[in-house]
Amino acid sequence: MQLAHYLGLLHRSLSNLDGAYREVADVHGDEPDVRLCCQRLARQCAAQADRLDPFARRYAEQAPDEPDRLHSELFRGTRTGGLGLLRDLQDLYLMTSECDICWTVVKQAAQGVRDRDLLSVVEGGEGETTIQLAWLRTRIKQAAPQALIVAD
Amino acid sequence: MADRIADPWGPRTPYGPGNGEPSWPVRVDTFLEPGVDEADVDRWTQSASLLHSNGDAMDIAVRGDRIVGVRGRAVDRVNHGRLDPKDLYGWQANNSPDRLRRPLVRDGDRLVETDWETAMGRVVNRSRELLDGPGGWGHFGFYTSGQLFLEDYYTLGVIGKAGIGTPHMDGNTRLCTATAASALKASFGTDGQPGSYRDVDHCDALALWGHNVAETQAVLWMRMLDRRRGPNPPAMLVVDPRETPAAREADLHLPVRAGTNLALVNGLLREVIRNGWYDKEYVTAHTLGFDELCRVVDRYPPDRVAEICDVPVRQIEAAAELLGTAERLFSSVLQGFYQSNQATAAACQVNNLHLVRGMIGRPGAGVCQMNGQPTAQNTRETGADGDLPGLRNWANPEHVRQLARLWNVEPDVIPHWAPPTHAMQIFRYAEQGSIKLLWVSATNPAVSLPDLARIRRILAKPELFLVVQDLFLTETAELADVVLPAATWGEKLGTFTNADRTVHLSEKAVEPPGEARADLDIFLDYARRMDFRDRDGGPLITWTDPESAFEAWKECSRGRPCDYTAISYDRLRGGSGIQWPCTEANPDGTERLYIDGQFNTDPEYSETYGQDLGTGAELPAAEYRAKQPGGRAFLHALDYEPSPEVPSEEYPLLLTTGRTVYQFHTRTKTGRAPQLNNAAPEVWVEVSAEDAKRVGLAEGDLARVESARGTVRARVRVCGIRPGVVFVPFHYGYWDVSGPQRERAANELTITGWDPVSKQPLFKVAAARLTKVADAAGSFAPAPTVGAGAPADPEVPATVGGPDAVSSAEIRED
Repeated sequence: MQLAHYLGLLHRSLSNLDGAYREVADVHGDEPDVRLCCQRLARQCAAQADRLDPFARRYAEQAPDEPDRLHSELFRGTRTGGLGLLRDLQDLYLMTSECDICWTVVKQAAQGVRDRDLLSVVEGGEGETTIQLAWLRTRIKQAAPQALIVAD
Repeated sequence: MADRIADPWGPRTPYGPGNGEPSWPVRVDTFLEPGVDEADVDRWTQSASLLHSNGDAMDIAVRGDRIVGVRGRAVDRVNHGRLDPKDLYGWQANNSPDRLRRPLVRDGDRLVETDWETAMGRVVNRSRELLDGPGGWGHFGFYTSGQLFLEDYYTLGVIGKAGIGTPHMDGNTRLCTATAASALKASFGTDGQPGSYRDVDHCDALALWGHNVAETQAVLWMRMLDRRRGPNPPAMLVVDPRETPAAREADLHLPVRAGTNLALVNGLLREVIRNGWYDKEYVTAHTLGFDELCRVVDRYPPDRVAEICDVPVRQIEAAAELLGTAERLFSSVLQGFYQSNQATAAACQVNNLHLVRGMIGRPGAGVCQMNGQPTAQNTRETGADGDLPGLRNWANPEHVRQLARLWNVEPDVIPHWAPPTHAMQIFRYAEQGSIKLLWVSATNPAVSLPDLARIRRILAKPELFLVVQDLFLTETAELADVVLPAATWGEKLGTFTNADRTVHLSEKAVEPPGEARADLDIFLDYARRMDFRDRDGGPLITWTDPESAFEAWKECSRGRPCDYTAISYDRLRGGSGIQWPCTEANPDGTERLYIDGQFNTDPEYSETYGQDLGTGAELPAAEYRAKQPGGRAFLHALDYEPSPEVPSEEYPLLLTTGRTVYQFHTRTKTGRAPQLNNAAPEVWVEVSAEDAKRVGLAEGDLARVESARGTVRARVRVCGIRPGVVFVPFHYGYWDVSGPQRERAANELTITGWDPVSKQPLFKVAAARLTKVADAAGSFAPAPTVGAGAPADPEVPATVGGPDAVSSAEIRED
């Protein structure tokens, strides 16, 4: 059963996203809403990862070795300024999208193995990730015209 | 005779719900300047209050060409003749010798007097340069007020949205009522107060949520007190970390730890639901989201709430019982919720309480998400705050097309591609240099915004072209490139709308000083000089004076919740104010909204498609439609999280800021009325006896209040505020002190942060510390003795107004 690998991928993606939210919060501290919201979402990602831990351990016992190339790296450090903020938020969006689709995949598997506990964790997590995407989209929509059209 | 400084609320006129329609007795308050009596008054000119949101109707006394006093209007539904002390005495600021009389322009490091042609020429030249080229709209920011008139705002809104096409418009209403608007939209679909002040006449329970009503809306408090002194008085609950006059009056006062409102209200909702004190039929027929609400609030049992909020379990249970067993519950909510942590979510939870109990839309059962400023409602309605005019939804293409048809412009001129830019973001763009022209009208951000050191840096940037339109050379105006002298209340004609949707007319009583002009005339002049055109080449703005502006606004409001179409200047003359909506079918206006449990949530009609309360994320239209709200209200729920700044070892106290009954905003007017200013002449800091003892402070000692942002030096008032919390009034700036020291304004200390949904800044939760600077040496804190800062020390002399404050309060028997 390969579920453990996807749980690992999701777990790693959430941890990466946690770190990326923290970095963006630090670098864009002059945008208080970005700082506060990214700090909040980082905590959310960390909590999601914690809730997945027991399942990752349980399913790891039944898993063969992990195939290569399952992990990806999107975020390569932050940038500054209005355009930098936009690019950083976009990277966060892509990383959050990766979590989003991972939740979907793991949810399908959780239903397949009739694991109600896992399903409950997944449903909580995917709801939060949906909101994270909506927030990033909202903030990007606000920032884009000023950064692309107006700023020097 | 009444000294309304010594007794801001005047004599009691008790009344009860009785049989049939209760009637609050008439009491006509009058103040004329010493030496003038009623026989000396040449004429009385109709108006209403411009120094708070209550909308108290009054007549202005004129002798010769001067205002000499005011008198409450007995016929008006809002105040039945009564006046707030700010109104009794505040008009004297109009006659202040330091009014701006001529335009000023910057010449190096000085502002020099000039004529209107030169001043407007500079504004228009800079505007044209900036507007030329793609994205030119993005260089403009308009930051207005809650103190102009409806006609001014609507004109400014059309200039911004269809003339320049910028989303960067907001009002200082962002600081005072943004959360009211957000909570009303989120729960009921659109802005618009469900309740009416007359609900105070009928209620059997009053709940004040972070609302220091005695000091912020003194006349509304008189109404509540008169009910409390009459037969069958309402039970009363107050939630406030300070021992306000309302808290002292209440049957139950919950002095919650600042920043924990949401945990409290979640816990109260849990008790109400678990005890079966909710209306199942109403919930099923008229709301959406009850199961999710139950799931969230279930996590807040009384013992957990007691721990988070630091109030006893039995008080929480008693509060829930008071709220849960009332038959006609009236709630009002203000800054203690709006300027605090998780503001919109907490305000929505008060709406939820009324929804689950079916306490909405009938006499006595109402909720008032209050406003702070007199004309804040109009800023929100007309789109001067960034929302689309007529409470329209920027994400609804049909609403944008309606405006485009009305103004005869292409829809894509109207900025609707993202949420409007809120005040703090406008200042951020100015800080980064992409906003290059900032036009500030009738507000004083150099004292009223958070983290003033930063705001001063931004306003002083040489590359920012700052236009300030005001009555006086405020702290903000001193930094301007062009200063435009404006007329004010009593010197210009127009309308405005109070917190319970009552529209009043304010007539021109006297000429403005010198060359000062009405705000409307300034905006119209700008539009004419900029030559804004519609798509057929005609002038964009077709009106020329207040009444024609009002008529244009009526068309914009047609069919929307704030429908003004059957109101006219003539109908407002002589009688009482009228509550919107007011249509041909309903020409006397509307006392209460949602009497049939039908809310404004239909997707074609609603002002929003919804936001996530935790992040402020805008939710997609399709998702909103899929909920098929069909006129049902939304029960939103969110978990409590601690505020962004909590006490630490370095800063062990929580700072909260606010108002006194005698001052308004940054004292631009009230600081120039001697009776008011003498009653509260200087900043102070309120401290509990416990904290005072710990730091070694006593009444009148000079202390330093510090946060990570700055310092304020103030004398200490030891009073009934909850331990761990200190309070500094935000009124005091620097226009009436000399020297370079900047240690007087409360906002030196506050944090740059805001509610994710309403974008209202967090003025109520900054971590701070307190140290002693010097002994009192016989002096007392300059804090009034009648409000929340009533002293623990009996030696402190009572605040009085003396002979110059003598006014009359004439109680009329029916």
